[in-house]
Amino acid sequence: MVNSVEVEDLKVVRDHTQVLRGISFTLAPGTVTGLLGPSGSGKTTLMRSLVGVQTGVTGSVRLLGEPAGARSLRRSVGYVTQAPAVYADLTVIENLRYFAAVLGADAARVTAVLEQVDLSDRAGQAVHTLSGGERARVSLAVALLGSPQLLVLDEPTVGLDPVLRRDLWLLFAELARAGATLLVSSHVMDEATRCDRLLLLRAGQLVADDTLAGLLARTGARDAEGAFLAIAEAVPA
Amino acid sequence: MNRRATLATTARVLRQLRHDPRTIALLLAVPVLLLTLLRYVYDNKPLVFDHVGGPLLALFPFTTMFLVSSVAMLRERVSGTLERLLTTPLAKADLLFGYALAFGTVAVVQTLVASSVALGPLGLDLAGPTVGVVGLALLDALLGMALGLLLSAFARTEFQAVQFLPAAVLPQLLLCGLFAPRAQMASVLRGLADVFPLTYAVDGMQQLAVGGLTGQLARDYLVVAGCVVAALLLASATLRRRSA
Ligand SMILES: Nc1ncnc2c1ncn2[C@@H]1O[C@H](COP(=O)(O)OP(=O)(O)OP(=O)(O)O)[C@@H](O)[C@H]1O
Ligand SMILES: [Mg+2]
Repeated sequence: MVNSVEVEDLKVVRDHTQVLRGISFTLAPGTVTGLLGPSGSGKTTLMRSLVGVQTGVTGSVRLLGEPAGARSLRRSVGYVTQAPAVYADLTVIENLRYFAAVLGADAARVTAVLEQVDLSDRAGQAVHTLSGGERARVSLAVALLGSPQLLVLDEPTVGLDPVLRRDLWLLFAELARAGATLLVSSHVMDEATRCDRLLLLRAGQLVADDTLAGLLARTGARDAEGAFLAIAEAVPA
Repeated sequence: MNRRATLATTARVLRQLRHDPRTIALLLAVPVLLLTLLRYVYDNKPLVFDHVGGPLLALFPFTTMFLVSSVAMLRERVSGTLERLLTTPLAKADLLFGYALAFGTVAVVQTLVASSVALGPLGLDLAGPTVGVVGLALLDALLGMALGLLLSAFARTEFQAVQFLPAAVLPQLLLCGLFAPRAQMASVLRGLADVFPLTYAVDGMQQLAVGGLTGQLARDYLVVAGCVVAALLLASATLRRRSA
């Protein structure tokens, strides 16, 4: 089966600094991959390179068989930025209806994604009056509207309570079961248990690309956090 | 171009404006207040009011539309929604023409309100046809909008965007022939004035103040309309999907 994402020797220079230093990995369809790494390690830069909004990129980045940023990908790739990118002065439903029109999604999709992110009862509320976690979920709902084959989610669960976080991870698993490929970044190492596979990023380099079980076996650590520390200490920065 | 996406963008921008009634009130009231002020500044010189009133009828909407549209576009950039939109199938032209239609609608209302007050109660007496005056004022408002959208691409912060107003508009204003006749300017300044679109906007109003439709007036309409289209196309060409 052909991979949803194929990245080879990806390097990114931002403002004269090398932020990503030669990254290669692939993502198989129907999987949830966690992108973990400390603050500043390059998670957002990697995601921006995948969706084709980053400059200073060298190497090969292919999504669904097309080069990153290709026109045909704009319909099949959903991207949730780290800071919620929605119109704060509009209501939840106004935001969703606008993006639905842009993506060619119908009214039923709008209702469905509201349900999926558990915001049906907030539909009429202005986004600037929502809590941080609610706002993040509006942003996620927008990305789900077009039923994308590939979802690139930058810290979608940050600031959410454990119940909501669990529900969202269940949603991600369900989307993957339906055939979508998900790349989800997170700071929270215990979210690693929710992922089929993990990419550990440190100072712009991929220091691990494995399942959680594989990582634990390799490092002898008891949890993802321990495994990450063991690997980080073994690899010079 | 995708008509659905363009119109949805127009509706969205107008909806955002509707959530901000104070801005709507300011957009409609400020030109009227300024024209009223001007009318009483020249209380005993009605001919002077007729002479500068026309150009200013064009300038106030030009300036407000420039500001509103550049700030709106900058907000789109800062909030991350621009980047998000650029990862969707929305074409850059759909976005800009969506904006243009929305602010064009606002410009129509603003121009109609300002000109009906100026030509009515304030007694602004222009020799040219009213349709011509309103039409040119509208084109000028659209010019302000198009230049605002274009220049906002070069602003990274709100402070910069606001500074573009004096930087881009005041030189055009100083040289447009309102303060000193262009014929009396040094040739360098006259050359500059000749390439500034606002010159043609003001020249058109001065033509309308004294007479009917002339060839020069037709040229003014064409130049201003051409600049609106050119600025929008340029704005669409300078909008980059990728950023640092
Ligand atoms: N616009 C920029 N210009 C220059 N350098 C940048 C820019 N944005 C980010 N960087 C740098 O690139 C590096 C990686 O940033 P990135 O945002 O990808 O990290 P991250 O892993 O997403 O961090 P976090 O978990 O805090 O979101 C950081 O050192 C950051 O300072
Ligand atoms: Mg980040």
